[in-house]
Formats: sequence, structure tokens, C-alpha cells
Amino acid sequence: MIRDITLGQYYPVDSVLHRMDPRTKLFGTMVFIISLFLADSIGAYVIATAFLAAAIKMSRVPFSFMVRGLKAIVFLLLISVSFNLFLTDGQVLIKLGFLRITREGLRMSCFMGLRLIYLVIGSSIMTLTTTPNQLTDGLEKSLGFLKKVKVPVHEISMMMSIALRFIPILVEETDKIMKAQMARGADFESGNLIQKAKSMIPLLVPLFISAFRRATDLAMAMEARCYRGGEGRTKMKPLRYNRRDYMAYIIYGIYLAAIIGVKTVR
Amino acid sequence: MSIKAENLTYIYGRGTAMEQYALKHVDFEIPDGQFVGLIGHTGSGKSTLIQHLNGLIKPSEGTVYYDGTDIHSEGYSLKELRSKVGLVFQYPEHQLFEVDVFSDVCYGPKNLGLGREEAKQRAREALKLVGLEERYWEQSPFELSGGQKRRVAIAGVLAMDPRVLILDEPTAGLDPKGRDEILEEIRQLHRQRNMTIILVSHSMEDMARYADRLIVMNRGEKAFDGPPKEVFEHYRELEAMGLAAPQVTYIMHELKDLGVPVDDEITTVEEARDAILKLLGGGKDD
Amino acid sequence: MGIIKASRLIYDYIRRDEEENIEEVDRAIDNLDVDIAKGSFVAVLGHNGSGKSTFAKHINGILTPTEGTVWVSGMDTSDETAVWEIRRKAGMVFQNPDNQIIGNVVEEDVGFGPENIGVPTEDIWRRVDESLEAVGMTAYRYKSPNKLSGGQKQRVAIAGVMAMRPECIVLDEPTAMLDPNGRKEVIRTVRELNQKEGITVILITHYMEEVIHADRVIVMDDGKLVMDGTPREIFSRVDELKGYRLDVPQVTELAYELKKAGVKIPDGILSQEELMDCLLPVFEERFPGQIRR
Repeated sequence: MIRDITLGQYYPVDSVLHRMDPRTKLFGTMVFIISLFLADSIGAYVIATAFLAAAIKMSRVPFSFMVRGLKAIVFLLLISVSFNLFLTDGQVLIKLGFLRITREGLRMSCFMGLRLIYLVIGSSIMTLTTTPNQLTDGLEKSLGFLKKVKVPVHEISMMMSIALRFIPILVEETDKIMKAQMARGADFESGNLIQKAKSMIPLLVPLFISAFRRATDLAMAMEARCYRGGEGRTKMKPLRYNRRDYMAYIIYGIYLAAIIGVKTVR
Repeated sequence: MSIKAENLTYIYGRGTAMEQYALKHVDFEIPDGQFVGLIGHTGSGKSTLIQHLNGLIKPSEGTVYYDGTDIHSEGYSLKELRSKVGLVFQYPEHQLFEVDVFSDVCYGPKNLGLGREEAKQRAREALKLVGLEERYWEQSPFELSGGQKRRVAIAGVLAMDPRVLILDEPTAGLDPKGRDEILEEIRQLHRQRNMTIILVSHSMEDMARYADRLIVMNRGEKAFDGPPKEVFEHYRELEAMGLAAPQVTYIMHELKDLGVPVDDEITTVEEARDAILKLLGGGKDD
Repeated sequence: MGIIKASRLIYDYIRRDEEENIEEVDRAIDNLDVDIAKGSFVAVLGHNGSGKSTFAKHINGILTPTEGTVWVSGMDTSDETAVWEIRRKAGMVFQNPDNQIIGNVVEEDVGFGPENIGVPTEDIWRRVDESLEAVGMTAYRYKSPNKLSGGQKQRVAIAGVMAMRPECIVLDEPTAMLDPNGRKEVIRTVRELNQKEGITVILITHYMEEVIHADRVIVMDDGKLVMDGTPREIFSRVDELKGYRLDVPQVTELAYELKKAGVKIPDGILSQEELMDCLLPVFEERFPGQIRR
């Protein structure tokens, strides 16, 4: 189950998108998401599809890999599509007992389905082409203006980056503790909800203790390496805009204008 | 009451590009009351192997028999098996969770469905077996020293009253004092309670001192299986696997190669001293 | 004065109850006087609770003395304004390889220290390249730390310290969680840094095989310095070591036992070769003409 989620997974190949500044990609993803909410006509969706297809092509990540990410939202997709399909009023096309499918419903559910699918694929293109570190760096720098209103942007991005490093370690640890308790006769599967919740205590307590121990150790190791917050820090990999990034921003502008154009013309 | 592995094979990521054999056609039988040492460098498959023996991992191919019965046959209770075949993981103190030592040790017996009194009785016995003094029993396990915590965790498994005890590097991270104490307690369990012991360790010196039999794993396969003296004869092959023999074995071999008529099947300091002194015995007096 | 000097160092762990009253005082270091020469390789031995890790944490300014003084490169570690300079000069490697790597990519982790002390970007890259080369991890620079073995992770941690251009590295039981191969890998790396780069090394351990190559061995027990000398001097006192609940390597023990039984062998044998060199003449005498050298 966890393995199916492609969101947040990096796919290591070399492509234009991989080399792009993470801020450009973050901004692009935002533009794309906004455009999806603006789009409400076939014309707009054609433009969005072309934009997405171009991005997929440029990323050089196999399309099948991105589609895998959709598995995680199949359920959500079904619900929202059927809600729109059956619950929209309008010109009735088919009547199945108490269920009615209307023309408007069909249209709405198609758009809704596409919107969700594009949303997931669009954001997974960003995560597939950007390492978690670049992503946090990008966020830190793009949200830098928030520092002025006392939002600890550097600290938050450092926390995110550390969390990313420790997730696999903690997943492994969970598996180990689970097995160790099973060797002591624990049963994590059977029983009703309350019993199940209770049976998690021998798993969760050691896990929390371990996480705290790791946190203390790590804090000490970071201090020993002279870490004292974002003040006065330099960067090994500073973010720099290149020509391709400026190009991308121009394309975003044109794209957004086209989407809005289609909307107003109609 | 034996443990038998037949053609045991385990494949990670089967059917994907990352398919990898963790175990490859492993066969052995461990009779009751044996002290078996399991060695192999990191990634040789020994951890996967021991998890098969109490049913935590299901083999891709092959069978594990406990006392003649296939442990994955229908209707076989794995829970009961786990009470018979106790497994102590590496750094077992990381599994402690209760508010006090005594309740933590009771966790296993309670899972087996034993009554309160019986569980307590078991816990008392187990804590005595690992030699933890009574004044610590009501304390939080997290306030104890590293060596003590580890003994509590081992007691947690012993309280299930297993016939077979498997320990994955029980001395990892302990100082020499803590290490000797744990190993002595394991030896006691073996001698006094005739428990079958399967000990995973990197210390060849400890293996030479404690084990009746050594099983050597290499790349998921069983490479050697026999008494320590015989296995250490293959010290050159062991080195190729990233392992080694005890230091004294090398010395005795070298002496023999140079023409000293000494027994080269020697693995402990005491044996080496006695053998050398015996040889020199005649000449020393003049 | 050497690069590190502790004078009448005392450190108490103080446990307080909920009302901040002192509940228990545990003296971890008791009047320690040590002076460590620049460029030397010093091993500190002792069982758990002997105070050796507490001492290590003083060198890096993680802990400051309850009483007495610790100087690192002439700077008093109690001086709060000097703490970052002290940490830069005396790098530290810890026991658990997982809990000291911060970066998600090997090279980024090595760059973490220089970033913190404000080294310019191009300089960071140079330092990262050099440090990875020095510990032999260049081939792994783009890997995730999670994909490395324990020994490799510790070498990355050492590279991370090296990138700060320290004068001294303190390793607090760096091999306790590793398998024998990982242990050898780390010790080899540390020895090389000591010999080639002239870094002062302070290795805290309880594995006796690891201290054989040190210039000096210090044994701690109950917060006090109880033995101090070359490995050979220390290992010739086998009974005393055992009294402190420490082990000696099999060769040393065998030589010691043989000597006790009257065989002519010098004190403090450290390696197989040394023992052979001593034993062969004895056997030649006993079995004339039989020994092929």
C-alpha cells in the first residue's frame, strides 16, 4: 500500500525538468493547479492536457510510473465522480430506478475526474523530478518573505528534510519492533477495534521512545557540527535561476493567459 | 523436539526486477539440547533464517519442521510455536514498553492466555534466571543500565518458557563485563535447563568457547556445518567470506606449518597454553 | 600544554525531582588530569559507566565541567564565546551511525558542517571532495545514507567532521554497533587520518584490538584515570586490566599465560607476529633441526 504512493518519490534520471530550479517547479505546479480550478470548458482542458503532456515528456519519467500514483486516490476518484454524475440536476439522459444521469452531471463528473487525475499527476511530476532536499530548499527560499513576519521558515524546512531522512529508518524500526512483540506472542490482527487499538501500545511506546532517543542524539550531533540555526549559514548547493527557468516562467504566463482567455471568450 | 529446515529458500521482491535470494536451499536439523552458533557476515541471511524458525517469515520454498510438524501446515498455532521457540532480537531492550520491569516480563505469558498468577510466577522465574535482583523489578525499565535492560528483555522471552532460545547478537554494544555476564547466563540456561540455544554472534572467540556446533552462512547458503574445531579448520575459506577464526587458531596453524608437532585444532587460549606447555614440558626443566 | 588538557576535571550528573530539588548526584568524572599531545593517537578504555564518554563530551564542549577546567587548543571550554570555535577544532563522531547523519545524500551530509560555519560555496565543494577522498567514500557521494553499511555510515560521519578542518577528532565508541568488518574499516580510516593528515585522534572504545596501534592508552574506571601508557605497557598488565573488567586480545593473553608458566617471552605482546618471533626460538631449542623458518 505504502509502496503505491508515488507522491514524494524521486525518480533519478537527467532531464530538463530535473535540472530546473525547484522554485520554478513549485511555482509551475501552483500555476497548473490554479489553472485546473479555472478550467471549465473542453477548450481549457485541451490546453491543460497539452501542458501536462509536454511536462510528462520533458521529465523523462516513464508515464506508467506516474499512473501508479493514481492507485492511492482511486477510492476518492470514484466517490467524487459518482457524486457529480448522479447528483447534478439538469437534462436527464438515462434513468436507472431512483438514479438519474443528466447531461450536466456527465460533463461535471468528467471534468471532476480529469481535474483530480491531473492534480495528482501534475504534483507527482514535481516530486519525481525534485529531490526532497531541493524541494525543502525551494520552499525555504520561496517562502523566505515569511521570515519577516517571524515564521521560522528555515527551521521548518530543516525539520522537513530531517523527517524525510528518518522516515525509512522508522518504518524499518516499526517492522522490527512488531516482529519482536510477535515473538512474544503479540497479535496485531485479530480482535475488535478496541482490542486492536490496545494491542498497538507495545508497538507505539517503543517506537516513540526510539524516535525521542534518535532526536536527542541527532540534536547533539548537529550541535557538535556547529549547527545554530539558519543565521550565518552558507549553502553548498545555493539555488540559482538559469535561462531555462526564465523560459519556464514565460511559458507559465502564456499558459495561464490562454486558460483565462478561453474562459472569458466563452 | 527438534527444529528442522528443509530446502529453505526465501526470495525478496519476488517477481520484480529487484528479486534477490536471502536464503537458498538451506537444510539442517537441530536436535534437542544443542548449543548452536550461527555465523556469517552482515547480509549473509542469518537474520532471515532465524525469523523463519519461529514462523515470523514464511519461506518462499521449503519447510520448517518443529518436532516433526510443518509449522505452516493448516491449523498449526504459530502463537504456540513462538512460545516454544523464543526469539531474542538484536538490541532487544528497544522492545520494552511497560511502566515497570515486572509487567513487561509478564507481557509474553499474558499473550499466551495464562492466568494472572501463572504469568506472574513465570515472570518471577524468568527474572531470576537472568539474574536481575529483585529491587529492580518495580522500577521503570528505562531507568536501568544497558546490560540490565537487555536482561529484562531476554527475561521477557524466557517467561514464555521456550524449549529453544534463539538470540541475535545478544552482546552487541555491551562492554566486556556485560558481554561475559549475558553469555554466562545463556550457558547456564543451556546446561541447567537443557534448553536448545541458537546464538548469532560475530565473535569467533565466544563461539569457540560456548558452541557445540557452528553453522556458517554465506550469501544465503549454508557454507559449513560442524563442531567449531572442524569449522575453524577452514579458516582460509572463512576469510574469503569476510569472517575469521579465533586468533589462537592462526597461531597454532602457523606453528604446525613451521614444523612444530602441535595440535592445530585449537580454538581457545586455555587449550593453546596447555598444548604449548605440554610440548615444551620436557625441555623447560633444564 | 598539549592540544587537549584537562585539569582537576570533575563532572556530576545531577538528577532533580519535580520541585527542582537535587535528588541524586552521580560523579561521572572524578578529578581527572590529562594532557594530550598534538598529532597523537590516544585510546581511552573503560567499561560502561567508567566516565569515558562523559570525558569525550567535554572535549567538544557538549558538557562543561562541574569543577576544574578543560582546554582545547588553549581555549577554555567553559568560555561560552569560544564554544563554536572549540567544536570546529575538535570534531566528534558518535556511536550510532544512523543518528548523526543529517543529509539525505552523502555529499550533502559532509557539507553540513562547513555550511554551518559559513564557508563560501566553492570552498564547501572543495572540502567535501577532499574529505570524501580522505575516508575513501568518493564513490558513494550521491548515495542515500540509508543504503550504506554501518562502517560506511561511520566513514561518512568522519568525513563530515573532516570537512570542518579540525585539529582533533574525538570518536565516542564509533565501532560499538558495527560488525567486525565495519569495525576494521573505521579503525583503518582513523589511523590513516592520524598518520597522513596529522589529526589528533581520541578513540573511546572497549574493543582491545582497536587500541593496539595507538600511541598511548588511557584506562578509566569509576571516573578516574587508572592506567596510562603505551599499548605495550598497558597490555603487559593483564591481571590489572581484568580487574577493571576489560579484556585483552587472545594473543596477548596467551603470551601472558605462557610467560606466567615460565616460558621465556617478553611483556606486552600485541600481535601474532611478535608472539611467533618469541615462540620459534623456544621451539627450536626444544626440537632442534625440526623447525623450518
